[in-house]
Amino acid sequence: MRIELEKRPQVSKLYAFVSPLLALVLTLIAGAIMFAMLGKGPVEALDAFFVEPLLEVWSLHELAIKAAPLILIGVGLAVCYRSNNWNIGAEGQFTIGAITGSYIPIIFYDWHSPLVLPLMLILGALGGALFAAIPALLKAHFNTNEILTSLMLVYIAQLYLDWLIRGAWRDPKGFNFPVSRDFAQEAIVPAIWEESGRAHWGFIFAIVAAVLVWFMMRFTLKGFEVVVLGQSERAGRFAGFSSKRMIWFSFLFSGALAGLAGICEVSGSIGHLQPAISPGYGFTAIIVAFLGRLNPLGIIASGLVLALTYLGGEAAQLSIGVSDKVTRVFQGLILFFVLSCDTLIYYKIRIVWSRVRGGAA
Amino acid sequence: MSIFEAILLTVITASTPLVIAALGELVTERSGVLNLGVEGMMIMGAVAAFAGAQISGSPYIGIICGIVVGALFSLLFAFLTLTLVANQVATGLALTLLGLGLSGQLGEAYVSVPGIRLEEIVIPLLSDIPVVGPVLFKQDFIFYLSIALVFGVSWFLFRGRAGLKLRAIGDSHGSAHALGIHVIRTRYLAVMFGGACAGLAGAQLSLVYTPQWAENMSAGRGWITLALVVFASWRPWRVFAGGYLFGAVTILQLHAQAFGLGIPSQFLSMLPYAATIVVLIIISHNRRTTLINTPASLGKAFVPER
Amino acid sequence: MSPLNVPASGALLSVQKLTKFFGSFAACNEIDLDIAPGEIHALLGENGAGKSTLVKMLFGVLEPTDGQILWEGRPATIMSPGEARKLGIGMVFQHFSLFEALTVAENIALSLDDSIPIGKIAEEARALSEAYGLPLDPHAHVADLSVGERQRIEIVRALLQNPKLIILDEPTSVLTPQEADRLFETLFKLRAEGRSVLYISHRLEEVQRICDRATVLRHGRVTGACDPKQETPASLARMMVGSEVAAVTHPERNDKGEVQLAVSNLSVSARTPFAMPLRDVSLTVCSGEILAIAGVAGNGQSELFDALSGEYPVSSAEAIIIRKKPVGTQGITARRLLGAGFVPEERHGHAAVSAMKLSDNLVLARSQSDRKAFLGILGIIRQGAVKSAARRISEVMDVRKSGDDPSAGSLSGGNLQKFIVGRELDRQPAVLVVNQPTWGVDAGAASRIRQALVDLAKAGSAVVVISQDLDEIFEVATDIAVISEGRLSRPYPADELTREKIGLLMGGLHEGKHAAEAAHAH
Repeated sequence: MRIELEKRPQVSKLYAFVSPLLALVLTLIAGAIMFAMLGKGPVEALDAFFVEPLLEVWSLHELAIKAAPLILIGVGLAVCYRSNNWNIGAEGQFTIGAITGSYIPIIFYDWHSPLVLPLMLILGALGGALFAAIPALLKAHFNTNEILTSLMLVYIAQLYLDWLIRGAWRDPKGFNFPVSRDFAQEAIVPAIWEESGRAHWGFIFAIVAAVLVWFMMRFTLKGFEVVVLGQSERAGRFAGFSSKRMIWFSFLFSGALAGLAGICEVSGSIGHLQPAISPGYGFTAIIVAFLGRLNPLGIIASGLVLALTYLGGEAAQLSIGVSDKVTRVFQGLILFFVLSCDTLIYYKIRIVWSRVRGGAA
Repeated sequence: MSIFEAILLTVITASTPLVIAALGELVTERSGVLNLGVEGMMIMGAVAAFAGAQISGSPYIGIICGIVVGALFSLLFAFLTLTLVANQVATGLALTLLGLGLSGQLGEAYVSVPGIRLEEIVIPLLSDIPVVGPVLFKQDFIFYLSIALVFGVSWFLFRGRAGLKLRAIGDSHGSAHALGIHVIRTRYLAVMFGGACAGLAGAQLSLVYTPQWAENMSAGRGWITLALVVFASWRPWRVFAGGYLFGAVTILQLHAQAFGLGIPSQFLSMLPYAATIVVLIIISHNRRTTLINTPASLGKAFVPER
Repeated sequence: MSPLNVPASGALLSVQKLTKFFGSFAACNEIDLDIAPGEIHALLGENGAGKSTLVKMLFGVLEPTDGQILWEGRPATIMSPGEARKLGIGMVFQHFSLFEALTVAENIALSLDDSIPIGKIAEEARALSEAYGLPLDPHAHVADLSVGERQRIEIVRALLQNPKLIILDEPTSVLTPQEADRLFETLFKLRAEGRSVLYISHRLEEVQRICDRATVLRHGRVTGACDPKQETPASLARMMVGSEVAAVTHPERNDKGEVQLAVSNLSVSARTPFAMPLRDVSLTVCSGEILAIAGVAGNGQSELFDALSGEYPVSSAEAIIIRKKPVGTQGITARRLLGAGFVPEERHGHAAVSAMKLSDNLVLARSQSDRKAFLGILGIIRQGAVKSAARRISEVMDVRKSGDDPSAGSLSGGNLQKFIVGRELDRQPAVLVVNQPTWGVDAGAASRIRQALVDLAKAGSAVVVISQDLDEIFEVATDIAVISEGRLSRPYPADELTREKIGLLMGGLHEGKHAAEAAHAH
C-alpha cells in the first residue's frame, strides 16, 4: 500500500481556502485526544481553551493585545517567505526593536513631549531593521544561510537584553529587580477603548500594516517582484529584478515590522523593559504566516486564532488545571496540520493498494 | 587529576552530543533531505531518556527510549516531507516548535527531580595509560558510541554500496530514480537515522551532561548542529573535529565565567552562537566550494513519475 | 491478442496495443511495434509524439495503463529498470542519469548488480569502453567531463549488462557530426554481434542512413512502419507530422542596414565550476540579418546569451554595443529600453514562471520596457492593459490554451514558446536574441516561430539565433557562425556552409586542443 501524489494542472483554489480550516479542525481533534490522555474531559477542555476567552469584553481586548505583535510580525514574514528569504530571527529583531525603542523613555526619562512616542516607534522599527540587516548582509554578500544566522542572533539579542536590564538600564529605584524604570505616560502606546479594556494602538497598526501590505502584494509591481523572485531567481533576473536587493528589502522590511511590534508590546502592554518581553511571538508569528497562507488578510485571521491559543492556555491553566505548555503544543500541531493539508492544494492524493498491471489480452 | 585533564573531560562531554546529532543530520542531508527539526528531536530524546531512566531505574533503558523517541518523532517529518511533499524548511521548523512544546508538556513532572547519571565504563589496561588513559577510556557508554558512529558513518558512506546509493540520491534524485534506486525508502531511513542520533544526543544531555531535566535544555544545540554539518562540508571526520571545536568554545566560556575575567557572563554566553555565525561565514562565502560540496538535491521536493 | 502478430522469424521484442494515460491525456495509444534480433530499428516522431513515454515503459520506469509487451515471444511485465536489465534491455536516456559528484566507475556501479566490487567494475568499464571505440577514465569525476564523454558513460554502462536490445533516446542531439559518426560505428558493431538497437530520433537523415526499419509515432499513435531507406524525407515527414507543414518562406537576401548589435573581444570567466568561459568573442549583426550561432550543447551558448541579454553584465561597456550605445556593463532593463528583446532557452523557470498566468508572464518581460502602458502610480499594475495585450499576442501567434488567462504551465511546449516569442515580437524589437527557439516544440509551432523570426528580420530588425538544430539554422539564417569551447568562429554566409564544414568548425577547435594536449603529454 502506498500513497501517490498526482500534480494538479492548476493550483486548486478550493483547497487554498479550505486547507487552513481543515488544519484547524484536525488540530482540534488532536487536541481533544491529547486532553483525554491527560485525564481531562475533551469537550470542557476545548471549551475552556477556545470558547471561554471569547465571551468577555476584557478578554477580547487581551486577544487584540496578543494578536497585534503576531499580525505585525507575521505580515513582514509573509513578504520575506514569499520571496524565498527565510527570516527565522524575528524574535531577535523584536527584542532589539524593543531595546532601541525604549532608549528615550529610559535614558531621556525627563524629556516630556508629544514627540516621544512617535520617535520611540521609529527607533523601534529602525532597530529591528538594522538587526535584520545582519543576516541580510551575510546572505547577500557572504552566501551564508540566513536561517541559521538569524536564529543565532535571537539568542544573542536575548542575552544582550538580559545584560542591559541587569546592568546599565536597571531602575535605580527598583529594589534591585531586573526591570527598567516605568515609562512615563507619554511614552506609553495609548489604549483604543480605554473603558472596556487594555487593547492598545498596536493592534490598529497591525491591521493597517496588513491591509497596506496586502495591497502592495496584490496590485503593485513590488509585490509582483517579491513573488517572482520567490518562485524563480532566474526568471526574476530575466525580468530585471535583483535578488540581492530583494534580500535587503525583505529582511529590512520584516525586521522593521518586528521591531515596531517589539516597542509596541513593551510600551503598550508592559510599560517598562524587562528580560522576558515575549512568550515567543517571533516564532509563533511564523506559524501565523503559514496558517494565513502568506496572505496579509489571512494573517489577520490567523493572528487572532493563534492569539486565542495563548489566552486559552492561560484560561485552561486556571479552570481545568493543565499547564501553559499546552499552548506550545497546540501551536506546533497547527503548523503541522497546515503543512499537511497544503499538499492538497498542489496534488491529488491517491492511495494505491497494489501494483495493478494494465489488462492483458 | 590535573586541570588540563579536567577541562578535557568537560570538553568531551560538551562535544559528544553535537558530534552525534551532526553525524545523524549529515546522513540525512547526504540523502538530499534538509531536516531543521534537530532541536525538536533532540529535546524529545532528552525528555524521553530522562523519563525512561526514572521509570525503569536504569539509564541504559533511558538511552534506548531517547533513541526510539527521536526516530519516531522524525518519522512525522519524513511523512510530511517525503510522502506529502511539504516544504522541508517549514516542516523542520514545525517539528522543532512541536518538539519544544511537547517535551515541555511531558517533562513537567520531572522538573527538579534528581536525575540518574550514566556511570563511566572503565576499560581495563587502556585506562591506565598516562594522560590519555583516564580521559579516553574511562568514559560513559554514549561517548564510546559517538566514536563508533564516526567510524561507522564514514565507512558506510564511502565504502559501502548502500552508502554510494545514498550519496547518489543526494546528488540527483531524478537520476537515482531512473536507475531504479528506491529514493523515498532510502530517505525515510536516512531521516530516521538522523532522528535516532538526535535522540541519542538528547539522551546524553539529560543523562550525562547535566543529569536533570529542564525545559528547553537543548539551548539551541540543534541549530548549532545544522551549522556544524555545513562547516564540515558533509564529511564525518570534519564533523568530529568541528564538534569538538564547538564543544571547546562552549566549555571555555563557562570556565571564563567562573574565572571572573571581568567580561559580563551574558557576553561569554553569546560566544557559541557568535562562533557559529563566524564559522558559517567562513565556510560559505566561497560560492564555488559551497557548490561543489553541497549535496545537489538538498531540500528539493521529489515526486516520482508513475 | 492474435498469435499472427508475432513475426515468423521470432521477434526479439513485440509490443501490442501498449497504452499510457496521464490523467485524461493519452501519451501512448494502442502502440504496436516489433523489433527483430540484429536490427537497428528507428522510432520516429517529433517532440511530444510519445517516443520517450513508450520507451520508459519498455524500461520499467513507467507502468503501462493497458496493452502487452512480449520479450522473446513470452509476455513480460517490466516493473523496474532492474527487471528490464535482467531481461536484456539496456537504455541510454536523452537526459543522462549521471551523478556529478561521483566518479565514472561509481556511476557505472550504481546501475549494476550489487555483488560486483567497484574496483572490478572500473577495470571492465575501461576495457569495454576502449573495445567499442568510446574510451573512458574510470576514476574521473563526471563533473569534469564533456557532454560527449558523459554519453559514453551511459553507453558503456548499458553495454556492461550484455544487453540484447539497447534503446538510445535522441543520442546525437548532443554530439558533433564527427562524434555522431563514431557512435554509428559502435552501433554497427553491436548489430554485427546480433544485438538490436531501438534508435529514437526526429532526424530523418540519420535514420535513413543507419536504420533497417522504422516505426513512426504521431500524437501517441503509430502512423507508419517502414524501411526508411525506401522512403523519401518528405514521406517520412508526412508520417511524422500529418499534413504538409508550411515550409519557411525565405525571401531573397535582405539589403543589409546599419549595425544594430556589435560584440567586440568579449571574454567572460566561468561563473560556476560547471560553466564555460567565453574567449574573445566578436560578432556584428545588421538590420535585416539573421546570424545563427551553431554549436553542440555546453560550448558557451548560455554564457553568451547571458552576456548579450545583460542578465550578467560584463566588465567592459564597449564589449557589447546595441544601436551604437555601449551597454556591456548595463543590465537587461537598460538593453530592453534601447529596443532589444531576448528569448532564453528555458521556458520554465527562466523565460516564464509556470505557476503564473500568461498575463503575469507578460509583465515579467515587459514591466520596465512598457512602464507607461502597463504601470500606474505607486507601481500599480494595469491589469486591463496587460490582459488585452496578452490576448492580442495569443491571437497573433495562434496560441492554443484553455481559458482566457491560464497558467503558463498548462500550455504545451509549443504554445508557450509561441507566446514567449510573441511577447518580444509585440514590441518590434530592433535587436532580438533567441536561444534555442524551437527546442521541444512541435513542428507546427516551430514553423510558425521560425517564420516569425524571418519576417522580423525582413522588417528591419537584427536577429541572433543560437541553436543546436542544424536543420533550423539552414532554414532561417542569413549568416552562420560556430561556437565551440567558448570561442566563436567568424561568420560565413549561410549558402557557403555545409553540414560537414560546420561539423569541422565545431570539432576543429576541439581537435586542435586535444592534439596540443597529446603533444604535451609526451
